[in-house]
Amino acid sequence: MSFLSAQNMTGGYDSVDILRDCSISVERGQIAVIVGPNGAGKSTAMKAIFGLIMIKEGSIFLEGEDISMLSPQQRVKKGMAFVPQTENVFTTLTVEENLEMGAYLRKDNIKPTKDQVFELFPILHEKRNQIAGELSGGQRQQVAVGRALMTNPSVLMLDEPTAGVSPLVTVELFERILAIKKAGVAVLMVEQNARQALEIADMGYVLVTGENKFQGTGKSLLENAEVRRSFLGG
Amino acid sequence: MDILNALVLFANFVIIPGITYGSQLALGALGVTLIFGILRFANFAHGDLMAFGTMFVILATWLLQDLGVSIFPFPTALIALPLGIISAILVSLLLDRSVYRFYRKKKSAPVVFLIASIGIMFLLNGIVRFVIGPDDRRFIDGAKFLVKVTEFKNATGLKEGLAIKLSQGITFFVALAVVISLFIFLQKTRTGKSMRAYSDNSELALLSGIDPEKVVFYAWLIAGTLAAVAGTLYGLDKSFKPFTYFQLLLPIFAAAILGGIGNPLGAIVGAYTVAFSEVTITYAYKKFLRYLVPESWEPNNLVQLLSTDYKFAVSFIILVVVLLVRPTGIFKGRVI
Amino acid sequence: MRINNRTLVVFILIAVGLLSVGFGQSWNVSLSIINLCLVSSVMALGLNVQWGNAGLLNVGVMGFTALGGLAGVLISESPVAEAWSAGGISLGLSLLMLILTIIVVIFIRKFIHNRTLRNILTVITIIAGYFLIRMFFNPAVDTIESIDSAKTGYLGGAGLPIIISWFVGAAFAAGAAWVIGKISLGLRADYFAIATLGISEIIIAILKNEDWLTRGVKNVTGLKRPVPYEIDLQQSTWFIDLSKFLGSNLTEASSIFVKLCYAGLFLLFLTLLIWITQRAVNAPWGRMMRAIRDNEDAASAMGKDVKARHLQTFIFGAAIMGMAGAMLTTLDGQFTPASYAPLRFTFVIWVMVIVGGSGNNLGSVVGAFLIWFIWVEAEPAGLWLVDTLTSGMSDDSSIREHLLRSAPHMRLIIMGFVLLLVLRFSPNGILPEKLRRYSTKVYRE
Repeated sequence: MSFLSAQNMTGGYDSVDILRDCSISVERGQIAVIVGPNGAGKSTAMKAIFGLIMIKEGSIFLEGEDISMLSPQQRVKKGMAFVPQTENVFTTLTVEENLEMGAYLRKDNIKPTKDQVFELFPILHEKRNQIAGELSGGQRQQVAVGRALMTNPSVLMLDEPTAGVSPLVTVELFERILAIKKAGVAVLMVEQNARQALEIADMGYVLVTGENKFQGTGKSLLENAEVRRSFLGG
Repeated sequence: MDILNALVLFANFVIIPGITYGSQLALGALGVTLIFGILRFANFAHGDLMAFGTMFVILATWLLQDLGVSIFPFPTALIALPLGIISAILVSLLLDRSVYRFYRKKKSAPVVFLIASIGIMFLLNGIVRFVIGPDDRRFIDGAKFLVKVTEFKNATGLKEGLAIKLSQGITFFVALAVVISLFIFLQKTRTGKSMRAYSDNSELALLSGIDPEKVVFYAWLIAGTLAAVAGTLYGLDKSFKPFTYFQLLLPIFAAAILGGIGNPLGAIVGAYTVAFSEVTITYAYKKFLRYLVPESWEPNNLVQLLSTDYKFAVSFIILVVVLLVRPTGIFKGRVI
Repeated sequence: MRINNRTLVVFILIAVGLLSVGFGQSWNVSLSIINLCLVSSVMALGLNVQWGNAGLLNVGVMGFTALGGLAGVLISESPVAEAWSAGGISLGLSLLMLILTIIVVIFIRKFIHNRTLRNILTVITIIAGYFLIRMFFNPAVDTIESIDSAKTGYLGGAGLPIIISWFVGAAFAAGAAWVIGKISLGLRADYFAIATLGISEIIIAILKNEDWLTRGVKNVTGLKRPVPYEIDLQQSTWFIDLSKFLGSNLTEASSIFVKLCYAGLFLLFLTLLIWITQRAVNAPWGRMMRAIRDNEDAASAMGKDVKARHLQTFIFGAAIMGMAGAMLTTLDGQFTPASYAPLRFTFVIWVMVIVGGSGNNLGSVVGAFLIWFIWVEAEPAGLWLVDTLTSGMSDDSSIREHLLRSAPHMRLIIMGFVLLLVLRFSPNGILPEKLRRYSTKVYRE
């Protein structure tokens, strides 16, 4: 079984099933990307894996342990970290305080992790005493990812990290995400920039109306004619 | 010389009372703004929480006076204050457990919390009136003045005297100490930062593993402390009457909203703004002007912009103007 | 309006309560309670229109009822001619100045487009206007208040039948609601609540302090009644005969008869108001109001002018409260500004609406009867309880004495408990609004 494995998830809000028998998994040191049209249930799948919505059927395993019934906070303790799509920084706190809040649950010395984050995102070190709300969109995303990394997670989940940032910054962010993966973290992300994302992905999932439509390595999906025609714009 | 006399007069009747009243309001507004920031509702029971804490201070003061305990020249109420703080905290936590927590779990709308706080307002108000009665009570003892009018006149040779009551001095310094410790707590400690984070973005705080119940616990702890201290200082300086404490809600809310609700620094700025507006607008300037203008211009009425009976109107007008011009307050507060 | 079993049970319970007061204490007391229950019902109905139908968090009920009460004085009292001739002209001039200031301000706001200049000029005009008004107003007030201040010292009223004041009171409250609503209806719910709380305090402060208008804390007593006086009844042969026929004490019979007259009058108006509000609620207008209440964004996206609808509802509800205020002054036969306390005139009304069932007009009436009954009977009940509990103590025990003196305040504690318990265990109240809420939840990914 994979390091993180969500199997046959069905569920959504109240009586509406947004996910139908959806399965997603990712290994340590790999990037898995979920792509698909609007309303396909990509974000819902992420929320379900993180426990922000409870699924009706299916289960989620982390390192072989069933975590389906755990609350998001308990999943954080197990080594999962989640970066929401919007409102993902504490706008009235400084950059450094944002990172400290990311490490809220840790009782040990967080300085080495903070240094690692600063090394990964040098701009954050430069602006560490600035209020996060005053930063540019790209810098905010870096704070958001940095905050999530402060728990030393084994799984990093990113919900459209490049939404609303410039193409240049997107390239830069993807580079950083590759660096995070190289450190042995399992990265799971939802992306609108499907083509770019699949290029760096080890595994790709194409979701349509809450079901797995295609899956395979990033490369194989990019080469699949139907995927290209339907989801990558030719 | 006349200018100096005018200034002393102004200081005596506007500046010193303004600072004192502003400090009392600031402590109240901080409590309201904190509960708003964390629990997201306007707490209508805050005035009565102040009265509740103060009531215990008064009861303990009476007991201590009977026992002959005194810290002259300071008022006995200062050693009774911890009891008031503890009781305000305990009742807040008890009410949170038995009332608010249920709605928190249900994720009820802020309006439901507000209506629940009206129920709590009735409850606390009734208890206070039942135990100590609805009448006006003064419980200050000890020395009366820090600076006496005659001493000041002798020392300076001015016609006008300046008096600073001990209660005014105590109000200022206690409020200062409380506010400084609160800011150190919020800015420097892990728990304080987590409270700010939760108030900023509760969803993200949950994702970071911040325990909301712990944040709420600390919020009531601080709100209870602030309420008891604010109520006691107000009672020492003026007098204790349950209904007056209920009415303080209006300037307190005005201050909190004016500064940007949810923003502690804003609450303080808002409180002094409200206090000084009330005092300057209801002060009769006749004597003050007499020192400054030639005799022939001397005003023949009180030169009072608004009678003190309408001081509530001042906080209210400020409130409405701010809300219309800048709904987020002076400092950007939370807009939901 | 369908009357179901639950409604019937609640009404029977209340009737039993009132009857037992009638047999146990006296019929006079029972009828006094009923009359105030009826007036409270009207107040609760007004609040329910605002809160139940439109979700407006009005915490200033007291202000509107007090304005209605003021109408009672201004309509029924005879005018004080000396006061008018002495201070009327300067008072009129100050009113003229007020109108002038308002016109100039409107003019400035309309025709000057530079924002800074416009704001500066507005402020200057308001300040100048304020002093101009005071220049005429202060002497006028001094003269009016000095005329026979022990008896009058104010302008008096129009000398008309007091019933007219019920409508004028409604108009006063509606006018105030229009101004208040224009300014503060755009605010968030909790800010709106605080704004209304503030305005009601200001209205009371004005009524307490503007002696030339209301006699302030000196009160206006002995307002003319719309119903017969006991003294007259006791001297008219038909009533003496009636009382003999019924075999009752003449004094008591006359007082009960008067109260019954009031009750009949109130009941008539209450029924009328319920009929009107019920029609409004069931009309397309009411459906739209609830749609707005349940999902403001969706409603405004559908092109409904939310603010204008809210203003209509606010004014409608306030007018009902104003009428209730005038009714109360009529019943009391006096206007006492100092008696208006927010707990009694705003928050108890809130408890009535919540307990009765927000959004249900009949529920407000049920809530008003129940809560007023509790509010009144909590005092003797509290006294009895304290008396029984402390009966072991000696009569001169200071604790016992204190507790007996404090017992009336138990009604506040009971109100708190009732509100919290209903909110928690039966949040829809005794008579829940019939389920016709719009379900417009929109899910987004």
